[in-house]
Amino acid sequence: MSTMVATNKRSFGSVLWDYLTTVDHKKIAILYLVAGGFFFIVGGLEAMAIRWQLVTPMNDFVSAGLYNELITMHGTKMIFLAAMPLIFAFMNAVVPLQIGARDVAFPFLNSLGFWLFLFGGIMLNVGWITGGAADAGWTAYAPLSTTSPGEGVDYYVLGLQISGAGTLIGGINFLVTIVNMRAPGMTYMRMPLFTWTAFVASALILFAFPALTVGLFLMMFDRLFGSGFFDPNMGGNSVIWQHLFWIFGHPEVYILALPAFGIFSEIIATFSRKRLFGYSAMVFATVLIGFLGFMVWAHHMFTVGMGPAANSIFAVATMAIAIPTGIKIFNWLFTLWGGNIQINTAMLWSLGFIPTFTLGGMTGVMVAAASADYQFHDSYFVVAHFHYVIVGGVVFALFAATHYWWPKMFGKILNETLGKITFWFFFIGFHMTFFIQHFLGLMGMPRRYWVYKEGQGLDLGNAISTAGAFLMAIGTIVLLYNVIITSVKGEKVGGDPWGARTLEWAIPSPPPFYNFKQLPLVRGLDPLWIEKTEGRDGMTPAEPIGDIHMPNNSFLPFIMSLGFFIAGFGFIYQKYDLAWLSLVFIGMGIALGSMLMRSVKDDLGYHIHKEDLVKEAKE
Amino acid sequence: MSEHDVLNPKEMPLNPEKATLEGKNKFIGFWFFLGGETVLFASLFGTYLALNGSTNGGSSSQELFGLELVFIMTMLLLTSSLTSVYAMYHMKNNDFKKMQIWLGITVALGLGFLGFEIYEFYHYIHHYEFTLRSSAFGSAFYTLVGFHGGHVVFGLSWIIALMIRNAKRGLNLYNAPKFYIASLYWHFIDVVWVFIFTVVYLMGVL
Amino acid sequence: MAEKSSLHPAQLDYERQKRKDEMKQQVVTFALMIIFTIISFSMVIAEIDKLFVIPVIIVLAAVQVGFQLYYFMHMSHKGHELPAFMFYGGVFAAFLTILALIALVWW
Ligand SMILES: [Cu+2]
Repeated sequence: MSTMVATNKRSFGSVLWDYLTTVDHKKIAILYLVAGGFFFIVGGLEAMAIRWQLVTPMNDFVSAGLYNELITMHGTKMIFLAAMPLIFAFMNAVVPLQIGARDVAFPFLNSLGFWLFLFGGIMLNVGWITGGAADAGWTAYAPLSTTSPGEGVDYYVLGLQISGAGTLIGGINFLVTIVNMRAPGMTYMRMPLFTWTAFVASALILFAFPALTVGLFLMMFDRLFGSGFFDPNMGGNSVIWQHLFWIFGHPEVYILALPAFGIFSEIIATFSRKRLFGYSAMVFATVLIGFLGFMVWAHHMFTVGMGPAANSIFAVATMAIAIPTGIKIFNWLFTLWGGNIQINTAMLWSLGFIPTFTLGGMTGVMVAAASADYQFHDSYFVVAHFHYVIVGGVVFALFAATHYWWPKMFGKILNETLGKITFWFFFIGFHMTFFIQHFLGLMGMPRRYWVYKEGQGLDLGNAISTAGAFLMAIGTIVLLYNVIITSVKGEKVGGDPWGARTLEWAIPSPPPFYNFKQLPLVRGLDPLWIEKTEGRDGMTPAEPIGDIHMPNNSFLPFIMSLGFFIAGFGFIYQKYDLAWLSLVFIGMGIALGSMLMRSVKDDLGYHIHKEDLVKEAKE
Repeated sequence: MSEHDVLNPKEMPLNPEKATLEGKNKFIGFWFFLGGETVLFASLFGTYLALNGSTNGGSSSQELFGLELVFIMTMLLLTSSLTSVYAMYHMKNNDFKKMQIWLGITVALGLGFLGFEIYEFYHYIHHYEFTLRSSAFGSAFYTLVGFHGGHVVFGLSWIIALMIRNAKRGLNLYNAPKFYIASLYWHFIDVVWVFIFTVVYLMGVL
Repeated sequence: MAEKSSLHPAQLDYERQKRKDEMKQQVVTFALMIIFTIISFSMVIAEIDKLFVIPVIIVLAAVQVGFQLYYFMHMSHKGHELPAFMFYGGVFAAFLTILALIALVWW
């Protein structure tokens, strides 16, 4: 069944079926991009509603209850359903190409990871239609979350559980891919920095997500089966949830931020026409941030009352992270120094990132000081801080990556003028929205309140903040328009439109489904650049043309995820009527049955034959 | 290597579980997964240790636990760990029949363990009215030990499915990695149990 | 993809013999594990002082788990460097988690 790339137009049905069953990392990347982009826009709309509610004192645009749902769903969605999958989109699209692999280590699991994420994401949002989404904040602290009426928090718990399983699977897949699938000559210390950061982020996923899994199970048992983990009346303790959540939650910040650093490292090196300054220091800093990231989670809990000893330890450990992060900032600056800098949209985002993220890092050191944190805690200062880190770091990186790798993924360059318009609207809007929030926080405005009173000096700041949010929205709309106009009118580009350095640019855009006809021979860091400086067109192959082994498509990942999705409803509604347990049995039956089928049915993949490859080359 | 060579190897290599790229991937990936499972069980152990005194006026661990049953269960599971080592020994020697026999013994011991565990839970529920809802201690106990029991059920089903699926065709380079990682999983279940009998039961009766 | 391992018969016999010897070692390991278990149980039954028993049985459990990992799960064999590294990464995160949940939950 070695079907070659079909060049003729295919029916919508066959394209749909192709995407539902695909195990190709490049198509899964597109699925992540579309799904993550969708949730990003919905989460953005929720943010706009929040900002509109706060535009004037004592506003009544939304009710207090709906406001709680909005902030909860905005935070949860942006972290789990937008930032994570968008990072995964670029990891899928780029990492296998950067290491010279034909696919990931576990193509089937890769697809399973996506469908679990998507069904989990849908589940999280079902609450909006069934009369109330989750409303206990994205951190879902007990006992607020365990006593929240309705099913909103149940959807939060089960949705995150399902999508979290998908993330964990994805993380293991990338770890093994990077360990086992590197092309000949691609040693660890020749891997591009984006691959390195993807590797460390995947390790963090592996060690951090299980804590969330357990936390969610405990909360599920408390809410749905009457257990008492977080219920003081039964001898439980709600601080356990906070620990489990943040043991996961702090590494999660680095799971998002490290790949973002990787993206900027690629872009800054490419458009400075220079090798990344201090490559090995960058790798070292990445690993160190990952390691330290596990020892600092309790800085989110300074005001819980852990005592001065624990607070001091976690404060010092947290501040220590500023050192490897500082190394990175300086290395980017030194890469720019003396470079032949070309400023385009991807580069604008990168240049905007450096000062923005530095500000977020500085306020990070401020909130890490335990004693001062009693003042900052739960105020808008913290809101400003983490938006500087997550938007200024991660979202900027995602915009940059969109512009940088769009030609590789789709074969066309996004319109540069529109791209720059997006940047300036978003960049100015971002600082308008969030810079002022530092001061609102210092003036005493608490986070998560749905109204504030007149005459407390908060009116102007909030109005400016809301105005900035509109600028960001305009920037995003321009980007959407850009995507559409480029898809319709954009011109096709070749394999290496940027004159870049790494392996993904050595093959056509978009790449053929087998990626590399012959695996490349890697002779150093920035392998494509090395070949170019020595006057060659592309990579030197490491093997003669031969048969290529490819994995088979499968519909099972979709079915399996659907099974868990169905079971989720059964778990939730059995609290009203045990008859709903039948859904649990049906859903788990579907999921476990398809697992069994996967185990029992041989799936050896197929080969593209050498003759077909040669023939295709001639056409 | 063609599909045919994977399913019908001309000769079995010394380490058939790592002879193909798929096998190597599975081997590494499964070890990584066990690293994650360690954190999962650590979270459950930590929760249990935080709540093991929170009996809320109900049954405490000293009243509930008896050591005879736990000792028998421990012996069953430890022995099953050794028998699965035997099974893998014969797998590497390409002796399919002996491998199946030792895996069969492993499964039998595992089922014995499971039977005792179900009896134990039944006993607590009916004679002490000690359930998930009794107290935070009850919640933590059933969740930790139940998660382990769930792993036992999954491991047994997995090994049985592999044994039945391959009963007729014997070993090849496609199923050898599957047998190998299933046995790794089984050892990991034993590792967790060592801590459960120490931390939950032995420390519980002290 | 896979290195063909057409080994010399003598080499094959050598490897087989090595495995046989290793199997004997594993039986000894197993015996030790059983003995450790019995020691742990009898110390608890003998009602020796808590402060002494608890550390000892935890150490015995840890050693037993080491036996499982290195002998039964073959972590001592070569090719297990990365699995060991990632597994100990998990142990590190596990250790911090348990420590926090013991020490930083009640006060
Ligand atoms: Cu943090």
